[in-house]
Amino acid sequence: MSAVIESQGHDDHHHGPAKGLTRWLYTTNHKDIGTLYLWFSFSMFLIGGAMAMVIRAELFQPGMQIVEPEFYNQMLTLHGLIMVFGAVMPAFVGLANWLIPMMVGAPDMALPRMNNLSFWILPVAFFILLSSLFMEGGAPNFGWTFYAPLSTTYAPPSVTFFIFSVHIMGASSIMGSINVIVTIMNMRAPGMTLMKMPLFVWSWLITAYLLIAVMPVLAGAVTMMLMDIHFGTSFFNAAGGGDPVLFQHIFWFFGHPEVYIMILPAFGITSHIIETFSRKQLFGHTSMVWAMTSIAILSFVVWAHHMFTVGLPLAAELFFMWATMLIAVPTGVKVFNWVTTMFKGSITYETPMLFAISFVVLFTIGGFSGLMLAITPADFQYHDTYFVVAHFHYVLVPGAIFSIMAAVYYWIPKWTGNMYDERLGRLHFWLSFIGVNVTFFPQHWIGLAGMPRRVPDYALQFADWNMVSSVGAFLFGASQILFLFIVIKTVMGGKKATPEVWEGARGLEWTLDSPPPYHTFTTPPKIS
Amino acid sequence: MNEGSKKTIRLLCFSVLGMFAFSFALVPLYDVFCEVTGLNGKIALSATTNENLETESGRNLSVQFVSHNNEQMPWVFRPSDSLIKIQTGEFHTATFYVKNPTDKTMTAQAIPSVAPSNAASHLKKLECFCFEQQELAPGEEALLPVRLIFDDDLPESIKSVVLSYTIFDVTDYNAIEMKEHHNASDHHNGHEMEPSL
Amino acid sequence: MFKKATTTINKGLAAIFLSIFSSPSFAAWNDLNMTQGVTAISKEVFGLHMLIFWICVAIGIVVFGVMFYSMFAFTKKKNPNASTFHENTTLELAWTIVPFLILVLMAVPASNTLIKIYDDTEGDINIQVIGYQWKWEYRYLEDNIGFFSNLKTDLDEIYGRTPKGEHYLEEVDEPVVIPVGKKIRFLITANDVIHSWWMPDFAIKQDAIPGFINTAWTIVDKPGTYRGKCTELCGRSHGFMPVVVKVVPQEEYDLWIASKKEAALRMAELTEKNWTAEELVQRGEGIYQKNCVACHQPNGAGIPGIFPALAGSDIVLNNKSRHLEILMEGVQGAAMASYAKQLSEVDMAAVITYTRRSWGNAEKGDGEIIVPKDIVEYKKPKV
Repeated sequence: MSAVIESQGHDDHHHGPAKGLTRWLYTTNHKDIGTLYLWFSFSMFLIGGAMAMVIRAELFQPGMQIVEPEFYNQMLTLHGLIMVFGAVMPAFVGLANWLIPMMVGAPDMALPRMNNLSFWILPVAFFILLSSLFMEGGAPNFGWTFYAPLSTTYAPPSVTFFIFSVHIMGASSIMGSINVIVTIMNMRAPGMTLMKMPLFVWSWLITAYLLIAVMPVLAGAVTMMLMDIHFGTSFFNAAGGGDPVLFQHIFWFFGHPEVYIMILPAFGITSHIIETFSRKQLFGHTSMVWAMTSIAILSFVVWAHHMFTVGLPLAAELFFMWATMLIAVPTGVKVFNWVTTMFKGSITYETPMLFAISFVVLFTIGGFSGLMLAITPADFQYHDTYFVVAHFHYVLVPGAIFSIMAAVYYWIPKWTGNMYDERLGRLHFWLSFIGVNVTFFPQHWIGLAGMPRRVPDYALQFADWNMVSSVGAFLFGASQILFLFIVIKTVMGGKKATPEVWEGARGLEWTLDSPPPYHTFTTPPKIS
Repeated sequence: MNEGSKKTIRLLCFSVLGMFAFSFALVPLYDVFCEVTGLNGKIALSATTNENLETESGRNLSVQFVSHNNEQMPWVFRPSDSLIKIQTGEFHTATFYVKNPTDKTMTAQAIPSVAPSNAASHLKKLECFCFEQQELAPGEEALLPVRLIFDDDLPESIKSVVLSYTIFDVTDYNAIEMKEHHNASDHHNGHEMEPSL
Repeated sequence: MFKKATTTINKGLAAIFLSIFSSPSFAAWNDLNMTQGVTAISKEVFGLHMLIFWICVAIGIVVFGVMFYSMFAFTKKKNPNASTFHENTTLELAWTIVPFLILVLMAVPASNTLIKIYDDTEGDINIQVIGYQWKWEYRYLEDNIGFFSNLKTDLDEIYGRTPKGEHYLEEVDEPVVIPVGKKIRFLITANDVIHSWWMPDFAIKQDAIPGFINTAWTIVDKPGTYRGKCTELCGRSHGFMPVVVKVVPQEEYDLWIASKKEAALRMAELTEKNWTAEELVQRGEGIYQKNCVACHQPNGAGIPGIFPALAGSDIVLNNKSRHLEILMEGVQGAAMASYAKQLSEVDMAAVITYTRRSWGNAEKGDGEIIVPKDIVEYKKPKV
């Protein structure tokens, strides 16, 4: 559990931030960079969300009404890439930047200039990716999982730009992870042992190690693609002695840890928020650390559960089934610990708590569908249907995204010094909660009933629930405009926040002023 | 920056490079792993060097030959016998008929695949047209041999095996410039090969 | 003994869930659930699905129950002083070990069913299934017949110009036909990119990978028409290449095989026959509707800048040999593929002749026709 702390008091006010636009271009300050990441991720969320609106609009009714199938495939591909690499991951990095130094009592991240570079290459990467929409042949259209040979021999010319863009995003994540690990391992205030570190910091330590391990593998996969497309190699081409299935092994070796990369920080955030609003110390701090560690380690040996239908040998299918089922154990431990924290607590339901509680419930539902997917013979009926789409959207939207929103509501009073409007926050929550469930719950049924994924049109028996799902999506999408309004409103003003902000909040960041000075903890705090 | 930080940074950078190299190592590792554990759906693309495969004690096995032309590969390609009944532990020579009906010299690569996949590690070949690329002049035809044996360790439960060959047109593929291949994708304009819809 | 026990459990579970879910009150819910299917394996798979589902529901009720109770009973108002307990090793061990045991309980029947599915030894009938962009080809290896299976739903329904039929997007021109009660083995591969062959009622899904073969098997108890889908993104028309399998009594199957063989013979005869232009045009129209309208449009106008017009086209009007070459070879670097594999000599001649004689082309150009023998000639080696 987090350390007992002594109040920080005022810090040195050496230099305030620079003036003008160049402040943001050249900043090496972790708070500024955190802000940049968060705004970038929000814009990407809205762009990726717009693409989702196109998808759901086309799926509103059977038949092709709005877009052609080629363009539809570009939308679904970019939607996935933007949400994964442009919205969720940068948001978590933004939170890491803002919070880790403050939570461990460090003045900034270990490598501030590399931090700046890590951020600024991201808009470049996404500019390249999005501009492919206007290239001859259109944007990438082979799904965010870009299986060969659809993504090699049969790809549009923009695939080369896609590969370039992925390399840049990967470099950004790798540099960011190096920064996180070095900061956490070497710059904690004296007295803050690893086990005294808050859980958000733990979650990011583990996530950063995962990123170091698997982002280079993604880089390898796209490099091999590049070589197959342009340099006559045959990594994934059967004609040359290669194997399309090899692509899937390499991709998912990255891809599975990637999805845990996208959820571990959410676990950290949830632990902080539930503890605060239950006014009760988090139950099982040590277990929570072990659970996250086990999840991370197990995530390396389950990748082929995405490949149950490619014709793997029986022994492999059995192994991956059992290993995948096993991940439910540490994940369940976390859910039980959160619930036990709430039990006999003293709970209030401010907006962050609403998002955090629904994270626990809805992520667990996503976990249940994940457990069902792990059962290989049953997976033969679920694979590549809307059942899978429902599963991963449950863990990513009311999972990762809700935790990001919870984090924003929770910490924005600290970052800006202003309280957000609680009534509007609750309205945003309820609209999002209803929207997300109306959108994604019926997709379980649609998938079970037989609708495949990545299709722009469907047979008539799927029509009713597709329409319901689309309505939910429009509601959810529109609600995020409200969120944008709330965030801007809060940045511009609001009820003044105290340093502590929330009764029951624990951690070094709550000892600082709201907003904190530009440079904090230039002298390390005392931890006891 | 303190020494501890510098050390961590160095270690992490090595890890990054190491994992990048690991992803490329996965290519041969994939094959090695399959061989060592016996989990092998892939068939060797070279002749066996094992001298002592023949036995007297084999059992019945039926082998179904299946052929397919990838994409628009225009050659005539079919097995001489589509179903044969052989013994394990005994060599058998099968042939495939090929013909190039076009007016250009072409080169083909045949890729084998076997089902069930756990039969693959028990299939050995002394000779196979899939070991090398095959070139045929315009109008030329040939009977291509496969000299194969299924060893006695083939699991009892497997009573029949399907051996499939897919031929690919690698005429242009051999050209140092992948230009033609790449240009084909360039002009697809996002529309794939056969827009019947 | 262990294996037998789990088989019995599997069958028992399938029976229990089937009986509950077949009752009329659940009929509506059946539409939302996985199909029970028509094979022993599909019913086992359904049983597994429901078993895991109910276990998850049970766990959910317990966990969310405690949570919702806490949310109401321990608000700040009702419980202003929170308790301070924050760890308990026994509890942690308990809720690690108990879930682990529940998982083992699930893994046993699941593994058993998987082992059965992998029993791809012999089959009475072997059918090679080849995925193309965007259709399936089926070859019956024992009887040496083969055919393509294309989506039958026409563009007018898809674009809302005419009402959608009952089997919208789930109908094909040539379904797979198999007999009841026989073990059918499917040998699945692909011609270009990765596709996937899914037949929900048989609980079969295997990826179709170019250059490699995957197998699946089934024994179907109940005659009927069963519909499935392609389940791997394969390009533009991934959503438009369904799978249809008709399961019929043995006698009907035998008749169907005989008729297919006869059709192949007849096709050979037709190739030899002397066709008139009118006969070719009439046959060609149907071929054109099925294969060409998507790009070249029903009026032959194409889509300017993307798909060339055939009406008034110089090649169609004046260049019979280039016209033939394009249909047989495709166009390098463009979307026009070769149709030599899909179209018989008769159909190829018919569709070419149709385009040369339609939309005013007959008057404007040389109006020359192509007959099936021309196609046979074309396929011979050039000296």
